[in-house]
Amino acid sequence: MSAALELAGLRTTLDTPRGELRGVDGVDLAIARGECFALVGESGCGKSMTALSVLRLLPEAGRITGGSVRLGELDLLALPEAAMRTVRGRRVAMIFQEPSTALNPVLTVGRQVAEVIERHTSLRGAAVRARVLELLGAVGIPEPERRMHEYAFQLSGGLRQRAMIAGALAVDPEVLIADEPTTALDVTIQAQILELLAKLQRERGMALLLITHDLGIVAKMADRVAVMYAGEIVEVAPRAAFFRAPQHPYSQKLFAALPGAAQRAGPLAQIPGQVPPLTQAFAGCRFAERCELAFERCRREPPQPIALESGHEVRCHLRERERAAPRAAPAGEPAARAAAAARPLLEVRDLKVHFPIRRGVLRRTVGHVKAVDGVSLAVAEGRTLALVGESGSGKTTVGKAILQLLRPTAGSVRYAGEELTGLARAAMKRHRAAMQIVFQDPYASLNPRMRVADILAEGMRSLGVGATEAERARRIGALLEQVGLPADAQARYPHEFSGGQRQRVAIARALAVEPRLIVCDEPTSALDVSVQAQILNLLRALQERLGLAYLFITHNLAVVEYLAHEVAVMRGGQIVEQGPAGQVLGAPRHEYTRALLAAVPKVD
Amino acid sequence: MPVLLPTDALVWLLVAAVAAFAWYSSRRPHLAAPWARVLRSRAAVASAVVLGCFMLVGLLDSLHYRPALPAKDPGAPVAYSVEVRSALDALLTPLRTKLEKTYSAPLATRLYQKETVERPDGSTAREFPRLAHGGAHLKDEARWGRDVALRILAGLAGAVALWSLAVLAGRRTLARRWPRVPWSAAAAALGGLLALAGPAAMLAGGYHVLGTSQVGSDVLYQALKSIRTSLVIGTLTTLVLLPLGIVAGIAAGYFKGWVDDVIQYLYTTLNSIPGVLLIAASVLMVQVYVDTHPELFPTSAQRADFRLLALCAILGAVSWTGLARLLRGETLKLAELEYIQAAHAFGVSHSRVLGRHILPNVAHIVIISLVLDFSGLVLAEAVLSYVGVGVDPSTTSFGTMINAARLEMAREPMVWWSLAAAFFFMFALVLAANLFADAVRDGFDPRVRV
Repeated sequence: MSAALELAGLRTTLDTPRGELRGVDGVDLAIARGECFALVGESGCGKSMTALSVLRLLPEAGRITGGSVRLGELDLLALPEAAMRTVRGRRVAMIFQEPSTALNPVLTVGRQVAEVIERHTSLRGAAVRARVLELLGAVGIPEPERRMHEYAFQLSGGLRQRAMIAGALAVDPEVLIADEPTTALDVTIQAQILELLAKLQRERGMALLLITHDLGIVAKMADRVAVMYAGEIVEVAPRAAFFRAPQHPYSQKLFAALPGAAQRAGPLAQIPGQVPPLTQAFAGCRFAERCELAFERCRREPPQPIALESGHEVRCHLRERERAAPRAAPAGEPAARAAAAARPLLEVRDLKVHFPIRRGVLRRTVGHVKAVDGVSLAVAEGRTLALVGESGSGKTTVGKAILQLLRPTAGSVRYAGEELTGLARAAMKRHRAAMQIVFQDPYASLNPRMRVADILAEGMRSLGVGATEAERARRIGALLEQVGLPADAQARYPHEFSGGQRQRVAIARALAVEPRLIVCDEPTSALDVSVQAQILNLLRALQERLGLAYLFITHNLAVVEYLAHEVAVMRGGQIVEQGPAGQVLGAPRHEYTRALLAAVPKVD
Repeated sequence: MPVLLPTDALVWLLVAAVAAFAWYSSRRPHLAAPWARVLRSRAAVASAVVLGCFMLVGLLDSLHYRPALPAKDPGAPVAYSVEVRSALDALLTPLRTKLEKTYSAPLATRLYQKETVERPDGSTAREFPRLAHGGAHLKDEARWGRDVALRILAGLAGAVALWSLAVLAGRRTLARRWPRVPWSAAAAALGGLLALAGPAAMLAGGYHVLGTSQVGSDVLYQALKSIRTSLVIGTLTTLVLLPLGIVAGIAAGYFKGWVDDVIQYLYTTLNSIPGVLLIAASVLMVQVYVDTHPELFPTSAQRADFRLLALCAILGAVSWTGLARLLRGETLKLAELEYIQAAHAFGVSHSRVLGRHILPNVAHIVIISLVLDFSGLVLAEAVLSYVGVGVDPSTTSFGTMINAARLEMAREPMVWWSLAAAFFFMFALVLAANLFADAVRDGFDPRVRV
């Protein structure tokens, strides 16, 4: 097996205000021709830094301090910058996570692909045009003759990603680096893009370095897997061996933290704490702080990679003595959650939200965008209704319209029998305490200029929860404890917290006014899988303790399987299928639901 | 008798407000952090020292009083002069009172213009006469060079002494309290300033350092007096500009709909009228008002001050549109953010959303545009005064100095010092302000936020 790309002892550091950050700290890996090598790990583990180091495209503050990167016989770190430029795109190409920012908005798609060809080959004129057409066709862009003259904004997210792949493949690179290539895409589009990548890789015999946080994608795509943690590779294994019996405790935890129908019976396994800051020096194993199996030696002595059979390597002292047992097969029968027919708390009937399209000098309405077009649903007390759909399906708009943050165009929203649509701002205030919302992005949902105590107190003050300031202060203390934050969090500002902690603050803020129903708008999709498990466990514990009802808006079907009692599947502003979770996910009737379920990459 | 001119009152009010804001921010880490970043830049610290010296001069010039006239008889009530002076005037009494007949070159001992003088022997001759004050202490004009050199040396020696004292004191106090500020830059800037100010002060004792103007007054004195005018224009204008810009910008971005339409039409209209035209018309109206209401303005200083204040108001009223536009855009973006939505879900009132959520999160834009506007306003004043629609002609300002120097440029030999003095003083002020503004922009840039 000849390695197309070989990294040995690669070290990359980044200068930050808090000191030198060792983002990549001694990474060894080799990718063979025609192989798909997946690099897995949570955010902040150094995956992207590794990729950027290979291309020597580090940010200004970053530099490579050691090791080697070999592309075939070529030592990339020894090349002068001018020679490196002929390597980038020609022999190693990269595709990025966000297709909307990776394409130049003022150049046509065809021009951008042509640029790569002209830069690296002697083709010119009509030959370039023909090659561009061929490439756009090969990545599955329909009507390439028309599309090549269009700009990025005229293409959908999936088509943009295809265009970017076309550009990356323009001159047949030996190695393609894909950094979270589908994270920004919907699940059905993701399936198509992954399919395309696999096909192109097969046809061209490229080496593919796939960076992802999604074990489902790894299971579908990878030949070999490397798990990265805190700047190091902690485990490398062929796919089958890895999925059968992951050896590193971190890998095992990543699997256990995945939500799904099989885990419905109890809380998800969660990894306590978070990835340690890479500015510190490590004395022992980097995972020791979060590892339940850690013993005294782990804190003292950093483990070296231990070679197990057939290319399986792991950095863990435990594996010196014995192999870990294969992953427990998921329980066959998901435990049915109590299906008590509780009375409905929220009833939505025939809800419509249309946004006018205005044109011309007089801003006349020339049409409507029907974001939500006749949605009916009901949430019962203490139950979870999952509203599932891809981006643009109108699910978030439904959530906002229920809370009257948007004025519905038509239809009725009843909370405990009372009609909410058409209520004035002041009249609506009476119902505000009963329904709250938790948003997707924990960075945008907390005012960076307010302390946590003020954030929590704001709603209470506005809605008159708690008679005195002293009582509210007591309540804030209780809330923080309830969501698992330290009491000293009160006096701190949001920027001092990690994403998961911020989401806890956001949940505490919603709980502060004692709601009966919480609209959770993708509360975990911006979080890493281990943190997601923490938040899902918290939400479930709160539901059991306080009898909360959730309207859980998400695109993540695994989360739905884990959490929901009922499911409603949305598409194009309408609900296409609705029913108990087991029924909708187990025996879907609508073809869209079936397509959605089929598109999700599964671990097992 | 102390006199509180309206601009004085506002200037001191502004100083108090800035001090209060500084105290408030120093206790809140998220407000103090960007300023700490600003003060970590060498350019910012050095320019802050220069700006500080300008401010000191300006503030000294903002303490006004009417001197008591010498009592005619011991029992009579004290009478006050109609002339309004400032603390700076008192400090610079020698400069202010040593008037020559007309132009004289910097450090000259003789007038710039020939006069017929009577010799001791009774004959008359056309010659450049000796100045009344500049170099009057020299018995022998041949010793001029030696005298000037000695004074410069003495000034430098004084400067070095003062500088060493300041550095020693600073090292004991400031550098210990705030070790991360690049104090060496501050020391260098202070050293540069002292090296200019020391010799100038020594020379000013016997000469007109920057020459004299057409009416024989000292140009250095004029330049120092102009600093206050510039600072007043640069800072008080913001008192008008800020409320207008913030209210209009945030209201347009937050309420959208017809409010947005009205505000947008308003600033689009305002922006399409040439600014100079609008200002000229308004200033002329103010002048007519002043002329027809002499009873409201007993002294000429009060008249001039009212016009200065009016100019600030007019400049503010025509230049708020830029800030409003910036804030409208930012507010449009913020209003869609989730913490604002969360506040709405709590039924939080509009005023509270605006006050607690929007305003603090656009404050960095306000601060950046404030410091950037400052130098623009200082330059605008010079241009407006030059074309005659700026400050009152009796107010000393860089604009009026340049305006007066305009005709002198055509003289042969040329009278260059008025223009040069105005140019260098204004240049130093605006350059320092711009350097500081750059550092503020970088410090408050959300992209460098950790």
